[in-house]
Amino acid sequence: MTTLTSAPRPPGTAPPPGLPAGSRPEPPRAWAASAAFGWRALLKIKHVPEMLLDVIAIPVVFTLMFTYLFGGALAGSPGRYLQFILPGTLVMAVLLVTMYAGTGLATDRAKGITDRFRVLPTWRLAPVTGALLGDTARYLLTAGLVAVLGVAIGFRPEGGAPGMLAGLGLLLVFALALSWAWTTLGLLLRTPQAVMSAATVVLFPLTLASNVFVAPHTMPGWLQAFVLVNPVSHLVTAERALLGGHPAAGPIAWVLLTSAVLTAVFAPLTAWLYGRQR
Amino acid sequence: MSLQYAKPKPGRRSPPGGGPAIEAERLVKRFGGKRALAGVDLAIPTGTVYGLLGPNGAGKTTTVRILATLLAPDGGRARVAGHDVASEPRLVRRAVALAGQAATVDDDLTGRENLVFLGRLAGLSRAAAKARAAELLAAFGLQEATARQAKAYSGGMRRRLDLAASLTVAAEVYFLDEPTTGLDPASRAEVHRIIRCLAAGGATVLLTTQYLEEADQLASRIAVIDHGTVIAEGTPGQLKAAVGSGTLRIRLADPAQRPLARRTLAGLLRAPVQDGADPVLLTATVPGARSGQPPSEQAAAAVTGLGRAGITVGEFSLGQPSLNEVFLALTGQPTASSAPAAAGLEATAAGSQTSTKESS
Repeated sequence: MTTLTSAPRPPGTAPPPGLPAGSRPEPPRAWAASAAFGWRALLKIKHVPEMLLDVIAIPVVFTLMFTYLFGGALAGSPGRYLQFILPGTLVMAVLLVTMYAGTGLATDRAKGITDRFRVLPTWRLAPVTGALLGDTARYLLTAGLVAVLGVAIGFRPEGGAPGMLAGLGLLLVFALALSWAWTTLGLLLRTPQAVMSAATVVLFPLTLASNVFVAPHTMPGWLQAFVLVNPVSHLVTAERALLGGHPAAGPIAWVLLTSAVLTAVFAPLTAWLYGRQR
Repeated sequence: MSLQYAKPKPGRRSPPGGGPAIEAERLVKRFGGKRALAGVDLAIPTGTVYGLLGPNGAGKTTTVRILATLLAPDGGRARVAGHDVASEPRLVRRAVALAGQAATVDDDLTGRENLVFLGRLAGLSRAAAKARAAELLAAFGLQEATARQAKAYSGGMRRRLDLAASLTVAAEVYFLDEPTTGLDPASRAEVHRIIRCLAAGGATVLLTTQYLEEADQLASRIAVIDHGTVIAEGTPGQLKAAVGSGTLRIRLADPAQRPLARRTLAGLLRAPVQDGADPVLLTATVPGARSGQPPSEQAAAAVTGLGRAGITVGEFSLGQPSLNEVFLALTGQPTASSAPAAAGLEATAAGSQTSTKESS
């Protein structure tokens, strides 16, 4: 820092110690600004642990409920069904948690803190990418809980640790890509509640009308048609294959392509909405 | 602890050509069908405190939000620190800081975390951000609340944290949007001291306020804004001269003397005198510089004159003109939107001593 000299001050006023000294530092780079926002997201979790309630409850309830509720009827026994349902549970739990990416942004906007961020000369998307870093922690926690609980009640991942890690990676890629859709909603809708409602309206059909619970060939033709193009079905198929130890290139490619398209559409839309001068 | 200020750097502080720090030309903004700004013009010299005075809903915050690049104007143009707000928003953002109504802190984080976080976003290193946060917390009397979440702060503490957050790093132009609303007198005095020192250090401060007294104390020039237009602009002295200097209130010892006292006072001041609600109270607006004599002398002479006429004065006071009186003088009537807001303000504005009923 350069040597500073006192500027003239009005007579009778001592310098208050709160004044900024020196010249303004260079604005942080995009990654440093994102890291600062990620740190903020983690601090919020630390101060408001209630925010993790859904993240913990959803995987526990889903894993136990689906396995024991449908297991006997659909596969003869919960144990046999678990092998089929667990990758689906994993996908459903994590995708439901993604909607919080949008509600956080809407909360910031409703409270007015967004204006403080927007007047900073930092990368426009840093508040969003930083929040997504925090969300990644939640997605990992959710997925980890489902996996641990699943193994505890008898799920056997034939793919072993490499299969688990690859499955987790693919799931994270899709979850983060989908998060951009919710950040777009978070900047379009006025309240966090509205974002949550809208995201639920999209997520429920997308996760239920898929191959999560039963094989599509048991469904009527029109539903099969939807289930087979539903990206969630491809994700679940890919997860079953990865966890089962026989990775299938087709579904994985589909998931990566869908993720790329989601990001390519909604990330720039989020950036434009965030920077828009309203 | 004593910090030194940055000396104004010729290259960074003053915009190219040494022009004004803030220039706005015919700014127009509509929200739906409602016109919030109807052509605002401003020219604010570098290194000064400039007061933007007006009632709630006059367009103060909208003007600040446009100048701070948060809002795009529907018409007109503006330059801040030498850069166009529409075409060079990033360069404007590198030069400005915003505090007050339009900016806030994170309720879930503690005071210290908020300041460290914003310090990091301003480009400070981790260590520098922590040191700066500690300095600011001490300077704003928030040490005890350092580790408490901002949502547990009182209104005044929140305001101070808001303001501290905006002073994390130096800026060329500070937008302070009603920075003293809701502060107790001691905190308000401290904020006033900081504002003076910011300008003394070479920065430009655009201060919005509902208090004429505050603008008078701090600003070298004032623009009065109402219904989205600047209805008067000048130094506080010019403005007060145009408005009249304030309200003389006289309490008589004997209510029976009031009719005589009213006639005598009207003759002495050459201005209309009103009866107050209290039967011993008289109020009059003292004419400004028009009469060539300072208002305090006119008021003193009038009180002496009453004594000579055999009227016993219990007590008297000369107050600053209220915002409502400014509007009365500038527009001839309290504006529809300003009347309720201004009436509410008078109770809190220090120095203003009339109520709407008495002054109308």
